[in-house]
Amino acid sequence: MSLASQLPALQVAVPMLTAPLVALLRDSHLSWAAAFAASAMSFVLAIAITGQVIGGETLVYHMGGWAPPFGISLYIDELSALLLLIITGAATLTLLAGRGSLEEQVGEARMPLFLAAWLLTLAGLAGIVVSGDAFNIFVFMEISSLATYILVSGGPQRRALTAVFKYLITGTVGATFYLIGVGMVYMMTGTLNIADMEVRLAEVSDRNVVYVAAGFITIGLALKAAIFPLHAWMPNAYTFAPHIVTAFIAACSTKVSLYVLLRLDFFVFQKNLVDHELQFAYLLMPLAVIGILYGSIAAIFEQNLKRILAFSSVAQIGYILLGASLISVAGFTAAVLHFFNHALAKTALFLAVACLGLQFAKMRLEDLRGVGRSMPWTLAAFAGAGLSLIGVPGTAGFVSKWALIGAAMEKGAPGAALVALILFSSLLAVVYVWRIVEVTWFGHGGEQAKAAGGGPITEAPLWILTMTWVAVLANFWFGFDSSLPMQLASSSAEEFLRHQP
Amino acid sequence: MSEILGLFNYWVFVLLMVIGFYAVIAKPNLIKKLLGLSIFQAAVFLLFISMGKVDGGTAPIIQNGNWDAVFSNPLPQVLILTAIVVGISTLALGLAIVVRIKEAYGTIEEIDAIASGEATQLQQDSGESKQ
Amino acid sequence: MTAETTILLSLLIPALGAVGIAVSSRWPNVRESVTLVTAGLLMINVWSLIPGIMDGGRPFVSLFEFLPGVAIAFRVEPLGMLFAALASGLWIVNSIYSIGYMRGNKEKHQTRFYICFAIALSAAMGIAFADNLLTLFLFYEILTLSTYPLVSHKGDQPTVRSARTYIGILLGTSIGLLLPAILWTLSAAGTLTFTEGGILAGKLSGPEVGLLLGLFAFGVGKAALMPVHKWLPAAMVAPTPVSALLHAVAVVKAGVFSITKIIVYIFGIDFLDAEPSAAWLPLVAAFTVVAASIVALRQTNLKRLLAYSTISQLSYIVLAAAVLKPLSEIGAAIHMVTHAFGKITLFFAAGAIYVASKKTELHQLHGIAHRMPWTMAAFTIGALSMIGVPPTAGFVSKWYILGGALEAQNYVAIFTLVASTALNAAYFLPIIYRAWVAPERPLPESSPYRNHGEAPWPMVVALTTTAALTLIFFIYNQPVLDLEAQLVGRNP
Repeated sequence: MSLASQLPALQVAVPMLTAPLVALLRDSHLSWAAAFAASAMSFVLAIAITGQVIGGETLVYHMGGWAPPFGISLYIDELSALLLLIITGAATLTLLAGRGSLEEQVGEARMPLFLAAWLLTLAGLAGIVVSGDAFNIFVFMEISSLATYILVSGGPQRRALTAVFKYLITGTVGATFYLIGVGMVYMMTGTLNIADMEVRLAEVSDRNVVYVAAGFITIGLALKAAIFPLHAWMPNAYTFAPHIVTAFIAACSTKVSLYVLLRLDFFVFQKNLVDHELQFAYLLMPLAVIGILYGSIAAIFEQNLKRILAFSSVAQIGYILLGASLISVAGFTAAVLHFFNHALAKTALFLAVACLGLQFAKMRLEDLRGVGRSMPWTLAAFAGAGLSLIGVPGTAGFVSKWALIGAAMEKGAPGAALVALILFSSLLAVVYVWRIVEVTWFGHGGEQAKAAGGGPITEAPLWILTMTWVAVLANFWFGFDSSLPMQLASSSAEEFLRHQP
Repeated sequence: MSEILGLFNYWVFVLLMVIGFYAVIAKPNLIKKLLGLSIFQAAVFLLFISMGKVDGGTAPIIQNGNWDAVFSNPLPQVLILTAIVVGISTLALGLAIVVRIKEAYGTIEEIDAIASGEATQLQQDSGESKQ
Repeated sequence: MTAETTILLSLLIPALGAVGIAVSSRWPNVRESVTLVTAGLLMINVWSLIPGIMDGGRPFVSLFEFLPGVAIAFRVEPLGMLFAALASGLWIVNSIYSIGYMRGNKEKHQTRFYICFAIALSAAMGIAFADNLLTLFLFYEILTLSTYPLVSHKGDQPTVRSARTYIGILLGTSIGLLLPAILWTLSAAGTLTFTEGGILAGKLSGPEVGLLLGLFAFGVGKAALMPVHKWLPAAMVAPTPVSALLHAVAVVKAGVFSITKIIVYIFGIDFLDAEPSAAWLPLVAAFTVVAASIVALRQTNLKRLLAYSTISQLSYIVLAAAVLKPLSEIGAAIHMVTHAFGKITLFFAAGAIYVASKKTELHQLHGIAHRMPWTMAAFTIGALSMIGVPPTAGFVSKWYILGGALEAQNYVAIFTLVASTALNAAYFLPIIYRAWVAPERPLPESSPYRNHGEAPWPMVVALTTTAALTLIFFIYNQPVLDLEAQLVGRNP
């Protein structure tokens, strides 16, 4: 077997096997270098995998050469590839940018262990995405979640602990719900392989069990994906985590759960539930709509920069869900595009927050008044990424908003209402982004007294600033040339909706 | 009657699950929350093990070259072995966090109220400093 | 050099100019030279396209596919040519003026000012040459965002608040109304390309047409149709050169230009004319013309008065375009030019008065013409052009608009023109009278501006130039007419 055919396994194995090594390295710099090397390696693997699947090819890999039903299979299609790009890209970029920020917030002594958790998170998230087996997804989900709890609890304030405890309880309940659902499906079909599940579920006579299983899986994953109204754990977890960790998990952790939700709902249940689209759409679309409005409005009234962005994520997850719940190729394309584009915007925004975090202990807006004058590049990066969050043309956010509105327009009169909603919430995004822009550039007072070291505020170090700008420029790049995510999104939409008449 | 008794395992599963879930939601003590979580997970383990049981089946080990015996399905047991490991890790991590919370706050009761009280306090402080 | 390269250069020159300005920020003289050279190059570059367009050429360049089915593409046609030529030409004059103003006023952040100005011009060129609605939308938003730092330049609380109104209305209308209108057009017509004769004929019918027109007309907030006009008075907190070039020429003209282009090339004149549900647009435009003039009557601050006058004059253009007769479309195009000349002169004069004497209110202007004769002479010419008195440029465009309105027998338009002429006279003539005839009210002894004279010479040169242009255009306007005749000539 050539190396190229082993890529799916390596994608998980590289970070997972590097993790104990990193933990054993006692030196902060060395462990960082090793962790970064593993992340970068994963990113390269993800690019290679994307190159293999991009024509509509699907990679199926049998662990240890054991074919299903006995062996465990890995399954990578274009949607998986897109998520792998997001996960590994975000991990690499944030790790590269964040050494200084992590050393300050986590402490050099704890770095090796912390970075081991980082790599386990990466391995777990990648594992979920490449896995073609429902139970393996559960295991990887728990690996990534447990490691994420450790990352979040590394935050410097003590409230990080209470936030992470809530996250742990919610996350475990969600995962266990998912496990119950998977158990029921296994009981009926005798398989855990997602592709087989779809086929065999069709032969099951008792539809009620299918409904219950679908319900457990949907709710469990909705908890982990922070879909409104199950998002309560998220704002605090994002706020009190170390800034770099927030940048990483905001880009991918909830999205990966959403990905599993979409995969199971569309692959396993779509064909097997009568009126699946109605149940799916009628349950999730209202949640998406309320989530969009609630998240945007809550963001407007928040006082803490990171909480504003966290609530904005609640709204943005709503966009993804809204696109998917339209049950059309255009809608699903928009949802998948938004996976990618929202990850770009949020990574850039939280990296800018990390730049600020090197100068400020807390992220309250009132402390940040007028900081744009002393840190113009950081705040310019923030404003640029904020434009992408709003969806100004020329940014990545615009591409997915364009696709989403176009998809909603296909739906006639209710579609028009959805268009109005999307536009209205874009205006709300203008409000909360612009509020930050105004305070940071034109506010007065506050900025001198609150500096972390007590000295005058200076621009963030060149390195992290450069990486932040890389993320911001990626927003503009993919705003103008969206062909890569567009192609991956539209063909995965075709695949997911293949049973749709 | 056999309907109910025959599904005995599943009734226990439901009962345990509800008890565990109740504890997670309703108990203010963090340790009790974690205990509830463990009970909740144990219920799910029971569900899986129950479904693997075949009537009259023995342990899936080939003894004395006898291939014809009725075996229970081994796969759920393997799965649950993994899930137990996951559950223990979660519990351990949860307890570790509780220890840290105890160190930081001095209590493990009603920690949400304390934490959000802290937030209000912060806002009031900053409100005063503004004036 | 091919016309295609020239189009791209029109966008690149100001953008590169912005880089040059940033690099030379430490040496103000070099920086200002960069601005002037950039403006000069841009003008030469843009104007070199004119002969080709006059001969009927329509150079086209497509960069790359932006979103499925829609490319970033540019095509020069008469209307866009006129807008680009106007904006690029006046940028030179305005740059000279800016240098005088910014230095005379000792403003801070001058580098940022010039950078944003250059980016705004680049965006204006993009709007002018856009071949489809999406390209236009892209540059429209860049223009909005690049002018925000200019409007909020002063940075104090009232300014920031006004700038919030500015960005809020412009971004809000464009995202909330223009974007869905564009997507609706795409889904109805399957294309967004500006096409002679329109692309929507037969694709939509009945009230949908009126609704879509409404989304466009109010979505293009820069055209300042009431009730989305509030941003324009708010933008007056900007330094005067910004008000002069951007809020009398580039930004607001981008708005009415977009509306005209949408009416002509997206809907098509004939299609709209036959559709009764679209008949509301002239009424709203007429209302805006009259109402804004009445509001202007009540203003006490010179720049705010000019802002409301601009709102009123912009709606002339929308009204003319919405009358849907060839003659009035030409009138709309010409009014863009004549109003630009006149209004930039007025703003230049207002800024000159501010720099020389720090006066901003109307009641302070008694007798000021004796101290600043050049400035007030230019102001007078500009004001007469606003009213439409010969021999100023304003007369020419009003003549054509009126001709179109008579042809269409659109009595609303005719009445509006007459009424607003009277109103314009009512708010401009008293200022002119006070400035020239009324006795001066001297400033207190302590004021350093007690014995002010004219503003710094670059400003006087600039405003004299534009005033002269206003007069010259009355006599020599044939090239512009020829150019714009093509706008409707191919579209019987």
